[in-house]
Amino acid sequence: MKNLILKMADDALIIGHRNSEWTGIGPLLEEDIAFSSMSQDKIGHAWALYRILNEELGGEDPDKAAFNRSVKDFTCCHLVEYPIGEFDFSLVRHFLMDKAEFHRYDLLLQSSFLPLVNLAKKVKGEIKYHVMHADTWMQQLANGNEESKARIQSALNLVYPIAFSLFEKQDDEQAVIEQKVFVGEDVLKSIWVDDIANRIKEFGLTIPSSIDSSAHLGGRKGYHTDHLEPLLKEMTEVFAIDPNAEW
Amino acid sequence: MIIDTNKDEKIWLALNEVQDPEIPVLSLVDLGMISKVDSSNAHSVKVYMTPTFTGCPAINIMKTMIVLKLLEHGFENAVVIIDTENIWSTDKISELAKEKLKKFGIAAPNKKSCLVEMSDLKDVPCPHCGSNYTTLRSPFGSTLCRAMHYCNNCNQSFEQFKPI
Repeated sequence: MKNLILKMADDALIIGHRNSEWTGIGPLLEEDIAFSSMSQDKIGHAWALYRILNEELGGEDPDKAAFNRSVKDFTCCHLVEYPIGEFDFSLVRHFLMDKAEFHRYDLLLQSSFLPLVNLAKKVKGEIKYHVMHADTWMQQLANGNEESKARIQSALNLVYPIAFSLFEKQDDEQAVIEQKVFVGEDVLKSIWVDDIANRIKEFGLTIPSSIDSSAHLGGRKGYHTDHLEPLLKEMTEVFAIDPNAEW
Repeated sequence: MIIDTNKDEKIWLALNEVQDPEIPVLSLVDLGMISKVDSSNAHSVKVYMTPTFTGCPAINIMKTMIVLKLLEHGFENAVVIIDTENIWSTDKISELAKEKLKKFGIAAPNKKSCLVEMSDLKDVPCPHCGSNYTTLRSPFGSTLCRAMHYCNNCNQSFEQFKPI
């Protein structure tokens, strides 16, 4: 169960930090604010998850968990590690990831572990806004002009296979399922695949046909892309200089 | 356990003086953020606070504000506990508080929580002129709890405390 919560926290922390890079450079003021707000939400979710680990399961202090671990100890998936790229890349990643997050928390409403149920109740309302935001922009750009449609389609072709890294299983998954903490990644994946397929069709876009997602696995076991280490280095810069600094 | 109603009343009155740092016309009590108070221990007071948004950056400031306000009213050793069981939603904001919000220039959350759809963010009445001829600009605003709208009648931007 600790692994499940830790990977959820790591995903939220890393995507939160990543997308905060849009602060100040968003293509529109509203988007600058939207990506900044969603990042803040995600870091809040990470904080709540690290707190559950700390308070209920004997894990370390949330700040230490976030700032004082080596790359190998992070269990985030490859999807969240990639640089923000251009707006089409970040938008499609946000669309694919938040749909998965929405369904994950929805499934966690049935968890046997009460702290996760309470958190899911809280977080679902917030993620709804993330999903709304992503859907609105996907709809608009897919139906904008030829260039916007082509760019969204090519970003989708690139990001869709990487998004399967979200559902990489962990060694103790069977126990998590048996204890009814979570129904498992396969169930989540099939709900997500159907939902994404429906939305993509509505937008008039196409799901890439042959997908090899195996190249993007490993994150849950500590094998990361080359992009994670520089991100962590930047994120933990203040902590590395002075672990007791208050800011 | 002896419940001293007089003591509880004094604590709630003190808490009613703690203003939200982002919306200074509302108290934490107005917003429905104080879920319970435990004064059963003679030497300390426990205040349970449920945050509006998980990532609200004002949580620590509000905790300090509560402790200082209670100290000012003679309650030493107050502790603020983050209540993760009582989930906050905009339904917890009192009607009086919604009026205060409007006067402050922020549109009140309209619909019940958990039923929020994109359409609920449309045609939000403008807090300045009351017109419903408004457009949602973004579901995100200057703080996590606000959305941005534009009034096509009085041509002004305004914010809304978004339903959650």
